[in-house]
Amino acid sequence: MSNENIIEVENLVKKFGDFTANDNLTFTVKKSEIFGFLGANGAGKTTAIKILCGILFPTSGKVSVAGFDIYKERDKIKENIGYMSQGFSLYEDLTVKENIEFYAGIYGVKRKVIKTRLNELVEKLGIADLKNKFVRDLPLGWKQKIAFSVAIFHKPKVVFLDEPTSGVDPITRRQFWDLIYEAVESGITIFVTTHYMDEAEYCDRLSIMVDGRIEAMGTPTELKTKYNAKNMDDVFVKLARKQSEENK
Amino acid sequence: MRILLIILRKEFLQIFRNKMMLPIIFIMPFVQTLVLVYAATLELQHTNITIVDLDHSQMSEKLCSKFDASDFFDVEFGQSDYDYLDKMLLTESTKAVLIIPQDFENNMRTGVKTQLQLNINAIDGQTAGLINIYVNQTILSLLKDLKPFVNKTDLMVMPASIQAKPRFWYNETLNFKHFMLPGIITILISMIGIFLTSLNLVREKEMGTIEQINVTPIKKWQFLSGKLIPFWIIGLFDLALGLLIGVLLFDLPIEGSIFSLFVFSGLYLFTAIGLGLLIADFADTQQQAMFTIFFFFLIFVLMGGVFTSVESMPDWAQYINRINPLYYFMKIIRAILLKGSGIKDMMNEFFALITYGIIAMSVAVWQYRKTN
Repeated sequence: MSNENIIEVENLVKKFGDFTANDNLTFTVKKSEIFGFLGANGAGKTTAIKILCGILFPTSGKVSVAGFDIYKERDKIKENIGYMSQGFSLYEDLTVKENIEFYAGIYGVKRKVIKTRLNELVEKLGIADLKNKFVRDLPLGWKQKIAFSVAIFHKPKVVFLDEPTSGVDPITRRQFWDLIYEAVESGITIFVTTHYMDEAEYCDRLSIMVDGRIEAMGTPTELKTKYNAKNMDDVFVKLARKQSEENK
Repeated sequence: MRILLIILRKEFLQIFRNKMMLPIIFIMPFVQTLVLVYAATLELQHTNITIVDLDHSQMSEKLCSKFDASDFFDVEFGQSDYDYLDKMLLTESTKAVLIIPQDFENNMRTGVKTQLQLNINAIDGQTAGLINIYVNQTILSLLKDLKPFVNKTDLMVMPASIQAKPRFWYNETLNFKHFMLPGIITILISMIGIFLTSLNLVREKEMGTIEQINVTPIKKWQFLSGKLIPFWIIGLFDLALGLLIGVLLFDLPIEGSIFSLFVFSGLYLFTAIGLGLLIADFADTQQQAMFTIFFFFLIFVLMGGVFTSVESMPDWAQYINRINPLYYFMKIIRAILLKGSGIKDMMNEFFALITYGIIAMSVAVWQYRKTN
């Protein structure tokens, strides 16, 4: 982990009419860090991710990703990030190989490079027999692993993962996290949202969102100490409880 | 450019794997031309007509045989039982009842004005009008045959009649199929342009893949070209297929140049695809897109002159047609195929389509947002 900031967010606000989805967010993410972005459903995680990826305009605030400004240099940002959403957006009616060739192609990866990296990937994941299968025929776990591989295929600086592991078994999740660690080692920064508190422990740093605001931020150890909790689950529940008491 | 090719490759792969699109592209041209051209006909042939001959004279029988010999009518002779005739009309067993009065021959010979009674089922006014005309023509042809005979025996001078002898330009044989076929082809390529393009784009929204596309550095024009070009090519392919079927099976004349037809069709498809994309911009699901398109498509087709003549529509309807791209193309394709018009003869339509296309496409591109 270096000290270079790859994501800088200052006073980010996003409103949909009267509803404030992101209320004055301020945080930074360092290069090669695994930054966990936690929060209950509807806390505003996906909204924030979409703003960082340049597919949603913020209402106000300063945001820069990979050194580029979100207002003026969205195209530059898009060249330097990868994105994998809850719906992992591989084309179901294309084969694994065709999906990879398509996405890598539109990121401008050269044909020869695609071929080499594809072979490496096939070997690494052991998917020689899956390569020419339609994505719709793959088990969920494989779809997610391949979607992640596609998201980092063009070697982006940051990759945004929006609940990448929802709905799969613990073993597949573990394998998925192995892929994440590997990506971090190659210098990629990971920005990940998750529901699973055991996954939160894998992150270098966490922020916990409640009702559009960042309620807590720090390493898993720091948070556990601060809230006097056994594990992250406990931290999360305590924060949520505190919130609902304030609302009374 | 390389990125565009990559997108096109993906689109074609998907189109040719789509179980809904393939039949539309390859089977629909055959079904539409073969079935609709025959079925959607306004031609009058073998219409059931009931003749009640109360005169039973030489002349009335001659008239009956005239009807019998005509291709337009299938004649049945009835009795003067009015309840029965009423029922025949009511049950659609016959389309028309012609009653020849008792003193028909006598009156004719003595120069007394005589009237035949014709009752037509006019639920379908257009057909009723045609039956009326054909019946009158058949009766008139009897008079023509009888003229010398009437003159000689009864020394009755009939007023010299003036008869207009029509020549049917551009469709001399009044072949209804030649009128219908360009219409069917127009419907066909409009469906490719508007429906398929729109559904294809909305499908990406439904699947969620559009979100993934939006986070890539892909340009708006590249992505939308990837949606436009395949259906533009497929539309022109279906046009060629439709024309081929027309020429081989219906003797469709191609009086004008195929080149100008394809230039205009390319232009029209561009407009249609622009509209398809525009609707897709606003629809979230394929169902929404489908219903919206259906609404406009019906209006375009019914007002555009596919089945009926635009000239006989009220003025306000003709004004509305100015924003109906199908109206322009309908005019163009018939003019090129049947009249042999060229681009020079249709400058107005040319500019109308170009303006329309540019506007539809610009709004569609402008409305498509990668960022909200």
